[in-house]
Amino acid sequence: MEHIVIIGNGISGVTAARHIRKLSDHKITIVSAESDYFFSRTALMYIYMGHMTFENTKPYEDWFWKKNRIDLKKGFVNLIDTDTKTLHFENKESLKYDKLIIAAGSKPNKFGWPGQDLNGVQGLYSKQDLENLEVYAPDNNTCKRAVIVGGGLIGIELAEMLHSRNIPVTFLVRESSFWNGVLPESDSAMINREIERNGIDLRLSTNLKEIVSDENDKVKSVIIEETGEEIACDFVGLTAGVSPNINFLKNSTIETHKGVLVNRFLETNISDVFAIGDCAEQREAIGNRRPIEAVWYTGRMMGETIAQSVCGNRIPYKPGHWFNSAKFFDIEFQTYGWVHGKKAKPEYEEQYHWKHQDDNKCITIAYHKDNNEFLGINTFGIRMRHEVFDKWLTEKRSVDFVLSHLKEANFDPEFYTHHEADILKTCNNFYQTA
Amino acid sequence: MSNKLNYSLSIATPDGYKNTPRQKAIILTGVVGLFVLVLTLFNLDTFSGLALYTSLSLICLSISSYAIDLYVSKPEGIKNNGVWFKSISSRGLYGWLTGVVLTLFYIVLYFYPQYLGLNLNGGANTGLIAFFDPLSRLLSGNPASQWFVYGTLYTIAILAFGFKFLLKYRHNRYEQLRTYSVMFFQLAFAFLIPEFMARLNSDTFSLPYYDLKNIWPLNYYNFEQYRVDSMISAGDVGLAILIFGIASIFIITPILTYKYGKRWYCSWVCGCGGLAETAGDPFRHLSDKRQFAWKIERWVIHSVLVFVVLMTTAVVHSYLEADTSKYWLTKDVFLILVASFLTLIFVLTMIFKRHELGKDARYGAIGYFIIIMVLFAMHYVSNSNIFLFQAETLRSTYGFLIGSIFSGVIGTGFYPIFGSRVWCRFGCPMAAILGFQQRLFSKFRITTNGGQCISCGNCSTYCEMGIDVRAYAQKGENIVRSSCVGCGICSAVCPRGVLKLENDSMKGRINSKEILLGNDVDLMDLVNQK
Ligand SMILES: Cc1cc2nc3c(=O)[nH]c(=O)nc-3n(C[C@H](O)[C@H](O)[C@H](O)COP(=O)(O)OP(=O)(O)OC[C@H]3O[C@@H](n4cnc5c(N)ncnc54)[C@H](O)[C@@H]3O)c2cc1C
Ligand code: SF4
Ligand code: SF4
Repeated sequence: MEHIVIIGNGISGVTAARHIRKLSDHKITIVSAESDYFFSRTALMYIYMGHMTFENTKPYEDWFWKKNRIDLKKGFVNLIDTDTKTLHFENKESLKYDKLIIAAGSKPNKFGWPGQDLNGVQGLYSKQDLENLEVYAPDNNTCKRAVIVGGGLIGIELAEMLHSRNIPVTFLVRESSFWNGVLPESDSAMINREIERNGIDLRLSTNLKEIVSDENDKVKSVIIEETGEEIACDFVGLTAGVSPNINFLKNSTIETHKGVLVNRFLETNISDVFAIGDCAEQREAIGNRRPIEAVWYTGRMMGETIAQSVCGNRIPYKPGHWFNSAKFFDIEFQTYGWVHGKKAKPEYEEQYHWKHQDDNKCITIAYHKDNNEFLGINTFGIRMRHEVFDKWLTEKRSVDFVLSHLKEANFDPEFYTHHEADILKTCNNFYQTA
Repeated sequence: MSNKLNYSLSIATPDGYKNTPRQKAIILTGVVGLFVLVLTLFNLDTFSGLALYTSLSLICLSISSYAIDLYVSKPEGIKNNGVWFKSISSRGLYGWLTGVVLTLFYIVLYFYPQYLGLNLNGGANTGLIAFFDPLSRLLSGNPASQWFVYGTLYTIAILAFGFKFLLKYRHNRYEQLRTYSVMFFQLAFAFLIPEFMARLNSDTFSLPYYDLKNIWPLNYYNFEQYRVDSMISAGDVGLAILIFGIASIFIITPILTYKYGKRWYCSWVCGCGGLAETAGDPFRHLSDKRQFAWKIERWVIHSVLVFVVLMTTAVVHSYLEADTSKYWLTKDVFLILVASFLTLIFVLTMIFKRHELGKDARYGAIGYFIIIMVLFAMHYVSNSNIFLFQAETLRSTYGFLIGSIFSGVIGTGFYPIFGSRVWCRFGCPMAAILGFQQRLFSKFRITTNGGQCISCGNCSTYCEMGIDVRAYAQKGENIVRSSCVGCGICSAVCPRGVLKLENDSMKGRINSKEILLGNDVDLMDLVNQK
């Protein structure tokens, strides 16, 4: 019986632990400095908005861990001695392992802005961030205005959160349109309008110059790079992306770059040490994927994979077709396969776009211009079936096939209006005029 | 400020969730309406029909204006902001107060109706009950009873809060249609039709009060002697109604549940469900999600089912004749019929569904065993007086414990404490029957969408039946649970579009997976095939 130690009780670490338990009798310990029990990070926003309590975000009841013989240890690891296979904790305790899985997640990016460490300036990643948010932005008396810096998925969530408590929000986005590094222009434009419909002061093509302090080291205002405008505010949310949370590995022999470097088997340069989830960086990127993928689903898949390897069935990490989802205020978004934004779009990729007149639903379908192969779909406000698209991508279906069978992929609740006929018509028109 | 850190315990009310002055004024209108109702209890004798209609209108107006103020100005979508911060919906002071007042109301209604003005000596009523006379006379021609008062308020609650629900979910057609449906069934079937039917009654022709959608065993008293006698004596119409009552449970219910799941009844037709889905909606997240609660649920609800089957059998048995000369259906024939029917169901389930039941089979086996033993006992003691006494005791105990305390006082009075479907989940024998069928023999399921779940927990939080929907969704496993009433809210609140209620073929309905879609296909094959 080996002792498997996992640093991080997020989705990656917990998935690994659960699967290792299913496959083996190893002793398993999960270490985390953040919370006693696994909770769903993706649900942090709903706690602040009052949809859920912290308790509701825990996917497993507290007895689950003991019953499955998964030990939980709270503490911050600040040194890993790989020669003696020992973890050293901040409070001077230590823990021996036979195999170590690093699943330490991410931390919010800070780009060296003046004033970025003031009180009332923070990212949104951890439970502690949420607690600080309750201190600096509990209501619109304490916080007369909030400024959010960085137009990504967490930025828009933070905007929705603050808005739910009637706190006026100014949203600074560096790009010319929301998240258009990823989304095609028309998709992105619809989300711009959704943000504005919700009363958010959206500033596109706008950069932060500096954050100004009051006499108590608390944020007082921000200054805009382009215009020099000063915006008074009581809270600044830094949501310009995340990066691997690996500072604690600096003094170890484990090789890192932006993240912990791993091969396709999720192995680091040190034997018996693995890395998964947000903090892992692939030495060679897989397909169209980025070397670091900070999303829930990939963390889970790496957890499923590593459990096999740790339990004697060494297999490479081989994710299937890309998929993802998000919600922008009231508009749900799902994507299957690859649809690129303007900048990253490969030369062979063509796109169809359909938008509903209500301006809250649209889809963009990408296909290969030479052979009409279906490459991917972005769908906003219409739910689609993962299984169906996964199958179509595997079968390399043509875009015409996908368009004419779109109904099979619909996953909206019963009695919803269907739009397939309209979508088909729009795309056919497009085809004829193009 | 430190108390704000308590956000997750929902004690602090962050500003912004307080009622605006306009909302306060709207609430006040409703309180005035309610206050008039309270005043009538003091027999001031100054109230007319006009006062009744005004007070009821004020209540309706208040609820609907509040809903309009709350939802119409906001974009369509899920509107659960601050649910856990508001005192009323997070077991705060207002929540407890509402619970206590409702509970007291039920206790008075069931056990001390004289305080509402019921004249126990059969004379004219006074107080609140007399206050409702004008409306009652308008509908049935008779003076009001405490049940008429209750029925009216119940219907108003479903209609007014139904309107609120319709606005809240105006982006969701499934929720809309289902709510129109419960509003219609409550107004027409539970409220108006029985009142109009009462108009047909005369000295020679009399039908019992009958809400046609209220099916045995929810309507546990349906086959009591006075009702059956009166239906039989009312000629063809009465007989048709009696046959409809029997067909409802043995023919109509199984067919509809097979096709659509128990939701066709529990969240489209039933009055208890109707109230839970409308007036109870703000409390749905208070249901207990722990596995422990699920264990209790299964024992309690199936015990109630066994109880109602026994009670009804005993009651019917008690008034049937012993010898065949008058009518073919004698005491013994009846017992044999019941026993054979139960045996048939038991044997068929064990043969065809054994593998799907697993551990649960023992509930079925135990229940079946108890009933059969008691049927034997009935047969042997059938001629003694003791047994007559027993049937009556069973009946009144059931009526008291289950009919009044469980479904009324606890089921509705405790909405703000335990959530809206306590009765439907722990107590309703109809739900037990429908659920048994839904679990084993129905096309209904909630499909999960591949690997899209982010384990956020919205679905589990808002499941009024306390089903841990997330536990299934994050495993990519369809939800096939006997208690699911198909309200569709889990699907509505899911921010990632993971859940879809649908009717599809029985094959592959239950699809446990270890590795979710999205990962290496070979790995999925390797692990999931085991
Ligand atoms: C607000 C928000 C919303 C999101 N929404 C989505 C979404 O909708 N969809 C999606 O796909 N993804 C989403 N994500 C991203 C997703 O949550 C992450 O990709 C995922 O949680 C990463 O999981 P992980 O297990 O790799 O790491 P984490 O969940 O970050 O877990 C790492 C844990 O390790 C602990 N730890 C780190 N270092 C140490 C140490 N030295 N000692 C002890 N403990 C340590 C950390 O405290 C942390 O608890 C969201 C993220 C955020 C912040
Ligand atoms: S599982 Fe979903 S549909 Fe079923 S009762 Fe719960 S919330 Fe309603
Ligand atoms: S099914 Fe939806 S609501 Fe439920 S946990 Fe998963 S993502 Fe959240």
